[in-house]
Amino acid sequence: MGHEITVTVNGKIYAGSVEPRLLLSQYLRDELNLTGTHVGCDTTSCGACSVLLNGRAVKSCNVLAVMADGSEVTTVEGLASGGEYHPIQRAFRDEHGLQCGFCTPGMMITAVDILSNNPQPTESEIRTGLRGNLCRCTGYHNIVKAVQSAAAELAS
Amino acid sequence: MTTGTTIGTSVIRREDARLITGNATYVDDIKLLGMAHMAIVRSPHAHANILNVDVTRAANAPGVAAVFTGADIQEQLGSLPAGWVLPDMKMPNHPPIAFERVRYVGDAVAVVVAETPQAAADAVGLVDVDYEDLPAVVNAEEATQEGAPQLHDDAPGNVDFEWEVGGGDYEAASADAEVVVRQRLINQRLIPNPIEERGVVADYNRGTNQITLWTSTQIPHLVRLLFSAVTGHPEHQVRVVAPEVGGGFGCKLYIYAEEVICGVVAKILARPIKWISGRQEGYLATTHGRDHIADVEMCGNRDGTITGIKTTVYANLGAYLSTFAPGIPTVLFGFTLGGPYRMPNVSCKVYGVFTNTTPVDAYRGAGRPECTYVIERLVDMFSQEVGRDPVAVRRKNFIPRFSNGHEVSTGVTYDSGNYGPALDRALEILDYRGFREEQRAARREGRLLGVGLSSYVEICGIAPSAVAASLGAGAGLWESSTVRVHPTGKVAVYTGTSPHGQGHQTSFTQIASSELGVPLEDVEVFHGDTDKQQMGTGTFGSRSVAVGGTALYMSLQKVVEKAKRIAAHQMDVPHRQVTFENGVFYVEDIQERQMSWGDVVGEAYAAKNLPPQMEPGLEAVTFFDPENFTWPFGTHIAVVEVDPDTGETKVLRYIAVDDVGNVINPMIVDGMVHGGVAQGIGQALQEQAVYSENGQLLSGSMMDYAVPTAEDIPSYETDRTVTPTRVNPLGVKGAGETGTIACSPAVVNAAVDALSHLGVKHLDMPLTSEKMWRSVRDAKAALRAVRRERAIAGRASN
Repeated sequence: MGHEITVTVNGKIYAGSVEPRLLLSQYLRDELNLTGTHVGCDTTSCGACSVLLNGRAVKSCNVLAVMADGSEVTTVEGLASGGEYHPIQRAFRDEHGLQCGFCTPGMMITAVDILSNNPQPTESEIRTGLRGNLCRCTGYHNIVKAVQSAAAELAS
Repeated sequence: MTTGTTIGTSVIRREDARLITGNATYVDDIKLLGMAHMAIVRSPHAHANILNVDVTRAANAPGVAAVFTGADIQEQLGSLPAGWVLPDMKMPNHPPIAFERVRYVGDAVAVVVAETPQAAADAVGLVDVDYEDLPAVVNAEEATQEGAPQLHDDAPGNVDFEWEVGGGDYEAASADAEVVVRQRLINQRLIPNPIEERGVVADYNRGTNQITLWTSTQIPHLVRLLFSAVTGHPEHQVRVVAPEVGGGFGCKLYIYAEEVICGVVAKILARPIKWISGRQEGYLATTHGRDHIADVEMCGNRDGTITGIKTTVYANLGAYLSTFAPGIPTVLFGFTLGGPYRMPNVSCKVYGVFTNTTPVDAYRGAGRPECTYVIERLVDMFSQEVGRDPVAVRRKNFIPRFSNGHEVSTGVTYDSGNYGPALDRALEILDYRGFREEQRAARREGRLLGVGLSSYVEICGIAPSAVAASLGAGAGLWESSTVRVHPTGKVAVYTGTSPHGQGHQTSFTQIASSELGVPLEDVEVFHGDTDKQQMGTGTFGSRSVAVGGTALYMSLQKVVEKAKRIAAHQMDVPHRQVTFENGVFYVEDIQERQMSWGDVVGEAYAAKNLPPQMEPGLEAVTFFDPENFTWPFGTHIAVVEVDPDTGETKVLRYIAVDDVGNVINPMIVDGMVHGGVAQGIGQALQEQAVYSENGQLLSGSMMDYAVPTAEDIPSYETDRTVTPTRVNPLGVKGAGETGTIACSPAVVNAAVDALSHLGVKHLDMPLTSEKMWRSVRDAKAALRAVRRERAIAGRASN
């Protein structure tokens, strides 16, 4: 019943057999033990499971693992490189853009997507860009500031 | 405190490194060897007799290890208790798995254990349950009426308790008053929605008889106590771990059926069991909040003096008593009904009522948002009725500044308060006069702008055990800490509080580092594991720093005192002559006589030259139980604009000026305020848990329940005044809930203000676009009708 897939996750190639109904979020968490990608709902509403699929943010609970065959995936574990935080990670920490941390991986991934399409977004554009990601702790205030701060750092 | 303190500075959070890299461990990230997965068969009926449960098909499904019904294991599971007991309150049985009758949609009727989560979920559909449907009731007031369906035989009329508090004589005051305003207020039902739903992993060690529960909870120690009480498993052989917890907001503050079931099933099967709630499952099985129907009134005189407040509340408890449920709409609601005002006459009656709905318990603010909503809506209605500015009425009635206790008419004593400056500061940030001019100009253009205030006092630092016990608390509410200094001088701090986003690892490190004069990185804070910090109460009611932080402060004082005695002995001076500052022990005026922190700690463990009778080592334990609650206060202001064409209501500005006493980390406190305000705006404008009349949860998923997004709410303007408390030596009051407590009435007051010139006097939450559009349309139609009648009357008289 399994389907053979090959996926590059955070620069590493994984090949294996998966059930057709397995979600990408389940594949990352249960098969690859990349538990930084969180699952917060079952209706594609909360965005906690967002990952980059070929460079674009997707909700990994809404993608079947088999659909990711041949793709490149980046999860929160792959944001930092060479022992250095990604600017968005640094910005979330410095601007206090997280409290419980559960939505944070998905928020940061979505923020990376926003900034890659629009390097100097307005506050309104940031808020619109983040509307698919729910946070219940921060009231978004410092998340927005973090995205602005990362945008400034990436531009400099 | 030592110089070089970080108290009061915005230290970057120490917990963030793991959280921003995907290295944190939440319950669902835990995998144990041989672990099985549990899924729960839940009732689709709000009220029904269970005629038969046939598990044959499920038990034979691929990958299924076991299936249990309520009848199979009712002896082991016991009954879930309420931990807050009011006078003459009923305590109906609450089986973790129902076996005779289900009382709400989501009530558990069987559990399936399988090798994978998918196999368990598949097999849930193969459990065949025969139900006999019974009539259901979801509205608390209707549930008390004659002929309503009855949930529990021992709670006739579905009334679990009738509770009263008061002071003075409201009826006499209202008879004498020049003005009485009355209103029915609906404080709608909410779903807390931490982004991490609940989950449990249970493990049982046959060799040691130890049960370990990893559970997404705010109260690991109380879960240990209650798990033991419910199941009979010895408490000292239960370990409860709250790993990384993804938000709580009150809904992870109880012993839950699933914690008991997982522990018992792990013991029966002698293998690890994991249960992770889905979101839609959580909407049914995790507690809801608020849900009050309140008839309220306020009396006073035309000069703006308020003389009394009265409320009669039907508080919906849901189908069973959750752990703290009886305390929320009573003790945390009634005692502060005077708010920050001289309120000589208070009358409060609360009916706690069972309905065929998910149990209701604390949700951020827990009783105090409901209380503030009643007061602050009434103050605005009263102001309008007497024709005075709501700012002036608030200011006129504020209790004057006090620093060492003020007893109010309900019998409680506020610790310290200075209400005027917070109001002044909020008005200054807004430019109140300027706004009123802008509002007049906007109205001329047909725009609907409004401003709303909310001045509040709340009860925090939930502790004093004797007081809490006299009000119904079933357990002491002290907090405990351990400070263990390692021989190398590194400091391990253990606290019984259990954060889930509040940043205790940072603020508690700041306290320890400042008191011991050691670098932040030399301190590690441990929490949420009953095997590490053996005793504790948990994190709720904005109590962590006020009670837990103080317990830590006191252990630090004990450690410093012992270290000073060791230093004095080593330096051969009386210990009173030793001063400890910035990590150095020294003798006044004798420069060469000093010892470093590391030297003294080394001596404590080398134990070769300690003062006579002194034990080696350097650690201390404290149980701290304050003498009073703490009473934060403040004023919040919302500015809203209502679109007359669509009804959409936008919060344009939100100003929060809070006084939470001294502050350990301003960045963290501001973050708490932001999050609370977002939840307050959510309640005011868009959130609502909706049941059909027959008990189906219509807002049953995140697609139907409107958790605010980044687009729905504005940025916030925050500031503080500082009025320290004398209840604890840190002078801190607690900051976790001010946002939700103050916010909703400010937003509703602003929306009513925006429509007040159209004759609108009250609007019930949530202020959805549809509701606002209808309100504007109806109000304008009513105004037109009045004008028409006047015109007709005018013509007739001509």
